[in-house]
Amino acid sequence: MSDTATPPPVVSFDASPDSYRHLALKFDGPIATIELRTAEDGGLVPGYELKLNSYDLGVDIELHDAIQRLRFEHPEVRTVVVTGGLDKVFCAGANIRMLAQSGHPWKVNFCKFTNETRNGIEDATENSGQTYIAAVNGTAAGGGYELALACEEILLIDDGSSAVSLPEVPLLAVLPGTGGLTRVVDKRKVRKDRADVFATKSEGFRGQTAVDWKLVDASIPRSRFAEAVHERALELAERSHRPADARGIALTPLHREVTADGLEYQHVSVKIDRDAGQVDITVRGPVDAPPADVAAIHAQGADFYPMAVSRELDDAILRLRTNELEAGTWVIRAGGDAAKVLAYSDLVRANGDDWYVNEIGQFYKRVLKRLDVTSRSLIALVEPGSCFAGPLLELLLACDRQYMLDGTFTDAEDADSQTAPTLIVTEVNFGAFPMSNGLTRLQSRFYGDDEALAAVGAEKGNLIDASAAEELGLITYALDDIDWEDDVRIALEERASMSPDALTGMEANHRFVGPETMESKIFARLTAWQNWIFIRPNAVGPEGALRKYGTGQKAVFDRKRV
Amino acid sequence: MTTIDYCERIPNNVDLASDRKLQRALESWQPKFLEWWQEMGPALPTQDVYLRTAVDVGREGWAHFGHVALPEYRWGIFLSERDPNRKIAFGDHKGEDAWQQVPGEHRADLQRLIVIQGDTEPASVEQQRRLGMTAPSLYDLRNLFQVNVEEGRHLWAMVYLLHAYFGRNGREEAEQLLLRNSGSEDAPRILGAFNEETPDWLSFFMFTYFTDRDGKYQLGTLKESAFDPLSRTCEFMLKEEAHHMMVGTTGVDRVVTRTVELMKEHDTEDIASRGGVPLDVLQKYMNFHYSVSLDLFGGDASTNVANYYTAGLKGRWLEERRTDDHRLRDAFSTIPFIEADGTLIEKELPALTALNVDLRNEYIGDCSNGVKRWNAILADAGIDTTFSLPHVGFNRAVGTFSGHRITPDGKVVDQATWDAQVTDYLPTADDKKHVESLMQPVYEPGKIASWVAPPKTGINGQPFNYEYVHLA
Repeated sequence: MSDTATPPPVVSFDASPDSYRHLALKFDGPIATIELRTAEDGGLVPGYELKLNSYDLGVDIELHDAIQRLRFEHPEVRTVVVTGGLDKVFCAGANIRMLAQSGHPWKVNFCKFTNETRNGIEDATENSGQTYIAAVNGTAAGGGYELALACEEILLIDDGSSAVSLPEVPLLAVLPGTGGLTRVVDKRKVRKDRADVFATKSEGFRGQTAVDWKLVDASIPRSRFAEAVHERALELAERSHRPADARGIALTPLHREVTADGLEYQHVSVKIDRDAGQVDITVRGPVDAPPADVAAIHAQGADFYPMAVSRELDDAILRLRTNELEAGTWVIRAGGDAAKVLAYSDLVRANGDDWYVNEIGQFYKRVLKRLDVTSRSLIALVEPGSCFAGPLLELLLACDRQYMLDGTFTDAEDADSQTAPTLIVTEVNFGAFPMSNGLTRLQSRFYGDDEALAAVGAEKGNLIDASAAEELGLITYALDDIDWEDDVRIALEERASMSPDALTGMEANHRFVGPETMESKIFARLTAWQNWIFIRPNAVGPEGALRKYGTGQKAVFDRKRV
Repeated sequence: MTTIDYCERIPNNVDLASDRKLQRALESWQPKFLEWWQEMGPALPTQDVYLRTAVDVGREGWAHFGHVALPEYRWGIFLSERDPNRKIAFGDHKGEDAWQQVPGEHRADLQRLIVIQGDTEPASVEQQRRLGMTAPSLYDLRNLFQVNVEEGRHLWAMVYLLHAYFGRNGREEAEQLLLRNSGSEDAPRILGAFNEETPDWLSFFMFTYFTDRDGKYQLGTLKESAFDPLSRTCEFMLKEEAHHMMVGTTGVDRVVTRTVELMKEHDTEDIASRGGVPLDVLQKYMNFHYSVSLDLFGGDASTNVANYYTAGLKGRWLEERRTDDHRLRDAFSTIPFIEADGTLIEKELPALTALNVDLRNEYIGDCSNGVKRWNAILADAGIDTTFSLPHVGFNRAVGTFSGHRITPDGKVVDQATWDAQVTDYLPTADDKKHVESLMQPVYEPGKIASWVAPPKTGINGQPFNYEYVHLA
């Protein structure tokens, strides 16, 4: 429908608590509370009101920011309570009018980011000693209940009216597709027939039934609700290993220069060629030697290279994904001194028990996961002066294809480019940054071929040149300087000529081999089912439910089962 | 890395001496080519052959004559001169600058077109490798070898494009061109017609007349390509292709002339016993070679060719002399067609999908000139028989007519009728046996076999009795 509507705005993912419009962050010792109270007139795009704590991308951006800050700026916070700041409303889910007026790419991007943010909540609970609980103090419908599902526990107020529900199917003819269906059965282990009843019962469940059906963990009378939430939050805080006396790391504003055709950060450069539909992303290695010890890392704060580069890359991915829809191929390079990359990596590994260092590793892991689920063709180019080593090698492994120069360019002038590029595999490539399918990128790459994986493992720490890399299977093609230009150009042009939809589907199929996890299912099912339903007339046609919602008219369905 | 003196060994106008990419590619390919030539090239041992070698594209350069030992023939790489202002003449890109590089979007299709064209060139050398054993004269033997080395050069031309513009993948395809072999069970040539051995010299003349002429028209469409290096390569190849067809045209001329001579001398049409090829056998050979060559134009309705045209990869014969819009999006063509029930009709198709027939029609017009020529020889001798081209649906294995039986004069008949009459249409086992019996080698300068007349003139001003080939 509305791909012809007003073009979406250029979205920035910057946010900061002092300018939140939809959230309040409150602190009470080891407990932080995220209180959702969306500003009705605060939609990111004109045309809808964020009533009843319904959300749009703008709300999600603030939520994402809050979750990040709680992890980095608040080491003392051990339990995060998510609750509603409006009377009798926890959260009504994604704003329906926003969905109805949005074009397909906008909806898909929005849902993907929502998923990533909710996975981040679970990641904080699992890996940061920061447990999220949902204090559902009013109605939690659709995406509102999905937000609660991302929390470790769900405490529902028992006021005779507040219910949890997934009304998407009966009311809107779409799915609770941002994790709702999956988490109900996979995480909360709700029996499938009950899940079926629940997901088709628009008013949902409340009170003891909700507890009995495992939809929530407790139903608590209104009078005791705040107290019970507080008690539970304190209990959970006890389990945390986060330091009590540490100082947080301020997430200072990113230094980012936005030009007409690029983004320039300290460690990341992005060049957009809109005619070619191509983005060139260069991640630069560290320039300075690593700081001496943990204290020095903390002193550098958010400027510490691994943290800074993660933030910049994350921001670049988010902005490109949302704002540059037609740049379908991302060419990824890493430039710099591999020895320094590894020196930082060693320092991080040696201090893995420090809370901040741990957070950085977890963050970089999530950035890489964002890259994995990015619907763009990812092509790594390994040229002289590159530094795909250890953690940065993961970028190369995340790509759909890898081209590596065998030798040097004959017209090389400076010293850097007179050295043939090499790759370096280290211990971190064997577990530090798992994908959403639970495998490392190397395990995914060599799925079912343990011998090949072991052969790569035997090369840890060695400089791997192009022919060795090709032999090991770390790259797609080793090309010498004679072939490089034509082969790479033709490959990129050929890629750009193919159907973006077919490429997206193909790439997602190839990237996630092997087992499913709840996380990988959430993305895969969003892509396969929700995104299909999002273009079906039963949802978005003129007579579709999403279009008719709130008009007083009934949707007319095409009754054919597909 | 350079072990070959490129400019001397490989005459070229593509600046091979300073092109590392090409040098590297050729360094590996050239020895394999020579190996292939030794193994699959002419089987008759020779010391040297009086050959024309192209050393440049200009009037001066393209025809240098001298005795050359075959393996030392200097296969060159030549493209016609580049027109810096050349524009694309047709399709969606009409009016844009011609492409100097392969656009990635069209890599697969361009590569396919070049590989198919390239595959036919060495195939004909393989098909003709034993013909030297039965050459009717040294003059003809020389012509055979000239055709062979030039087909070899045409292979080089296609390989050049693969090497220069298609990267690593292109090199692999170039190697495959030498690994497929005509008639090979495991790795045959791509097009069926190129997997049949050329069994005798009459077939050779017919092949160079009819089948090489298909090559001329295919090259003509590629000459129009938006990919400029392909266009320029084909333009130069067409010059050499014209010579091959001359061998065919004059070869058939000379057979007809000799047949007529024998008929007059013995006052009979039955000249088989007199060492000649009877007129009806000649007609049957024409029928055969013409009809299998028509199959090379592909399906009557083709979406591939429509796509190639729209994309600018392959144009029409003499595209720029056509007066339409050169896009053909709304144009229609009428093509001969046969219904399932065997009714011959004229069918209207979108012009884009009928481009194979458009090219085939150009070819048919050209072929009929040969028939006129040969009929003139008959008329001059006062013989009232005439040759004719069979119906377009006769003996076809590709396209709408395949699976139907159509007589040379265009009647649709059932299989039984066909079986009863096919000996009148196509060479029989006896015809072939007779032709084969005539194929006695004549290697003495100035002498010629019984079944063919000597040429009116020799090569490059040399007399017929010149020693064109020194046998080993």
